[in-house]
Amino acid sequence: MIKIINGEVYDPLNKIAGEIREIWVEGGKIINPPTKPRTPVEVIDAAGMLVMPGGVDIHSHIAGSKVNAGRVMRPEVHGWGEGRSLYTAEETGHLYARMGYTTVMEAAVAPLKARHTHEELNHIPVLDKGCYTLMGNNHLVLDCVRRKDLNTLKNVVAWLLSASRGMALKVVNAGGVENWKRGGNVRSLDDSVVEWGVTPREIITMLVEANEALGLPHSVHLHCHNLGLPGNYRSTLETLQALEGRRVHLTHLQFYSYGGKGQADFCSRAQEVAEEVNAQPLVTVDVGQVIFGDVTTMTADAPAQYGLYRITGNRWISTDVNMESGAGIVPLAFRPRSPVNSIQWAVGLELFLLIEDPWRVFLTTDHPNAGPFTMYPQVIKLLMDRDYREEMMGSLHPKTFKRTTLAEIRREYTLSEIAVITRAGPARALGLKDKGHLGVGADADIAIYRKGNDWEEVFSRAAYVLKAGELVIKDGEMVRGTWGKTFRVDTPRDPRVEKVVKDKYQRWGTVSFDNYGVEDAYLPREEVIRCR
Amino acid sequence: MRVNNVVCMFCGALCDDLELVVEGDRITEVRKGCAIGKKKFLHYQEPVLSPMVDGKVVDLEEAIQVAVDILSSSRYPLIYGLSSTTCEGQVAAVRLAKAIGANIDSTSSVCHGPSTIAKQIVGVSTATLGEVKNRADLVIFWGCNPAASHPRHFNRYSVLPKGQFIPGGREGRRVVVVDVRPTPTARIADTFLQVTPGGDYEALSTLRALLKKIPPDREEVAGIPLARWEELAEACKAARYGILFFGMGLTMSRGRYMNVVAALSLVRDLNAFTRFGAIAMRGHGNVTGSEQALAWTTGYPFAVNFSRGTPRYSPGEFTAVDLLARGEVDAVLVIASDPAAHFPAAAVRHLEQVPVIALDPHPTVTTSVAKVVIPCAVSGISAAGTAYRMDGVPLRAKKVISVAYPSDAEILASISEGVKQ
Repeated sequence: MIKIINGEVYDPLNKIAGEIREIWVEGGKIINPPTKPRTPVEVIDAAGMLVMPGGVDIHSHIAGSKVNAGRVMRPEVHGWGEGRSLYTAEETGHLYARMGYTTVMEAAVAPLKARHTHEELNHIPVLDKGCYTLMGNNHLVLDCVRRKDLNTLKNVVAWLLSASRGMALKVVNAGGVENWKRGGNVRSLDDSVVEWGVTPREIITMLVEANEALGLPHSVHLHCHNLGLPGNYRSTLETLQALEGRRVHLTHLQFYSYGGKGQADFCSRAQEVAEEVNAQPLVTVDVGQVIFGDVTTMTADAPAQYGLYRITGNRWISTDVNMESGAGIVPLAFRPRSPVNSIQWAVGLELFLLIEDPWRVFLTTDHPNAGPFTMYPQVIKLLMDRDYREEMMGSLHPKTFKRTTLAEIRREYTLSEIAVITRAGPARALGLKDKGHLGVGADADIAIYRKGNDWEEVFSRAAYVLKAGELVIKDGEMVRGTWGKTFRVDTPRDPRVEKVVKDKYQRWGTVSFDNYGVEDAYLPREEVIRCR
Repeated sequence: MRVNNVVCMFCGALCDDLELVVEGDRITEVRKGCAIGKKKFLHYQEPVLSPMVDGKVVDLEEAIQVAVDILSSSRYPLIYGLSSTTCEGQVAAVRLAKAIGANIDSTSSVCHGPSTIAKQIVGVSTATLGEVKNRADLVIFWGCNPAASHPRHFNRYSVLPKGQFIPGGREGRRVVVVDVRPTPTARIADTFLQVTPGGDYEALSTLRALLKKIPPDREEVAGIPLARWEELAEACKAARYGILFFGMGLTMSRGRYMNVVAALSLVRDLNAFTRFGAIAMRGHGNVTGSEQALAWTTGYPFAVNFSRGTPRYSPGEFTAVDLLARGEVDAVLVIASDPAAHFPAAAVRHLEQVPVIALDPHPTVTTSVAKVVIPCAVSGISAAGTAYRMDGVPLRAKKVISVAYPSDAEILASISEGVKQ
């Protein structure tokens, strides 16, 4: 039994903002203060400290085939420390934990390679994890969309989630990756997917419909088309309008809020995009904030990555995954002296500051795409400390401020708002009822930070981190290695869907159908979220 | 009892449709496998070695204890092999390497390690074997001989199957073989180009130059008339989806990783015209997995050293052949491989002078020179676990029968425990 005393508690879900509260922990859960404690009580004195729920990252690339391919290609950026952006499974767990993060979602898994993702997830210490199953270019899905067969689509989605042991439905450049296998892409919602006669609009809207009909805890996690291209704010707005009134999560929105036609007139359109998000109460987003320095871009959006390779001439990995997906990896550097990179950096901050409801905008760097997750504390400081933000803006390319509104924005985040965008909000968007808050019955994942003048320092090294009620970090160092669990969803499905799926896999796949789904052996510590 | 959809861990093609008949703890019949796979399942299903120290039979615990003593007192040990065990075994080997500050290296360093180095220089455009089956209308085999090394490759993935967008199967594909000699693979080719030994780099670079419309100033390249290379370059550009399979003809001939750099650069450049990918013809059943497991545990694919506690990577410095040939290591733990049979003489000489611990179910040249022999269950027959196909698709190999000895993973975990005490 552990008791945390004297700390300033920030627990937005339970409307606690900086009050001194006692928190009691037993059996991995937060409990009511006992009238008569049974076991010896370990006391953590959090005087002069902030107490928050453990951080929840809704979008990161931490495990699986493309993360590992990135490691293999880039031995030069492996390890801890500045300029490093790729970590081993063990380092990933330690580095997240010492920032007070305890739950992290791997954002893209092709079902055929899901076994790999789970193998790696099992080697990440401390954290609770989950992964999102890629479906926007899956042939089984395209076939249902072509036939406008929502009922079969629902069953196919349920089956794919089960086979890959996934936590949520992910869509990456719907139809564009399939076209890439013939050298193409899609540029608008109404472009055609070759051989299938369907459009990205149809794929996305039907998958959103299926997701909601199945009652999945998280909305569709959508990576739109036109990633990173000038002028793409139009297709972002178009996508939001196509889904008006529906629940959806747009990921790394920073990469989708650009105006202009090319490098010369590249500019921010974050204001328009933020306004549209503000107007649609069921939409959540994560930002994908750019961090200056070396990054490794990796995404299932393989055609976008070919474009990035052509622009930069950097090394390029591309992997086509039959019937399902693709992937691309390109090393990249974001430079403060580059007008385009400076504007990208400003766009992310604009989105954070212009989207009014913190419960709908979440802190991510799309690790390791826009920056390593280890830089979250710097982003927190940029949001909380306007002086620091302006100082940093002073070092950027002067064009930045003619082409963004950042210089005019005076907002500073409060500690409660930071607690929302880094834990309470993502936990709610994921439907994780026991995460992101400190109410009785919540998982005892608790981050305690020593207060200070520099918010980056405060959030870089937690004074204490409890994971499932066990002390794992003290003064930023690991004191105990524990193993977290893997979340996955389970939703009822018509058993007849197996026949549909099996027939296609036997004809066009290369592994036996019985060997396709991830076996229970790969989820030794799982928590199943059952849908209605 | 029938066991279906069994994964065969013999080669990197990782066929997973084998049907076994099992009677008690014996496999009596194998269906669908190739000749090599069948032989492995029927004749190598049980460990036939006994635990031995200095040629004397001992019990398993004693053999493990002697291994612990050797590794604990070693100042600069090497852990080598890994390509025929499961990822669970490979991860256990990394844990041990970390615990004792060892070098750890896989058979990659003597087969496709140069391909990995080339990936670090160029990247790679690649695809799963299912894309080859469903889309590839041009298949090139360069410096590899799957007809002998991966007998069911043509049938399952690359040449014969009818694919989603290749309804004609074999008729829908053009097959090109490039090699220094007419191999059995060349017999199935529509076009065979016999290059002069050592001519691969030049040939690949010529193809790249032709794509860029800078024809070389000569009539013949690598012993083949330029016109034939021009024809191949045009065929590559005209293909809808091309695939280049490459093997040790590139990685282990003069030029090594630079040959692969040329091949991967060619494939990358072809994507300006059409879609093109490259796949390394990985040999052993889970050599692909060894790079995966090492990458997520250490950050690096092979040639890793733990002597400073944190992993360091340096091919040429921490690769097994080099460590042995320079006489640097003072103890060697070999898992699921036979370096004494395959390494260069200078490396083998050192192997014979230092204490060797061999984990293997079957007698090999290495077990015959080893001080300690520890028999283990056979991965994919009597031990379950993960294996990665040459295209990175992971599969779960089954435990079909039970045997008296533990798996590699379990033995390595016991050694780690012992070392820590």
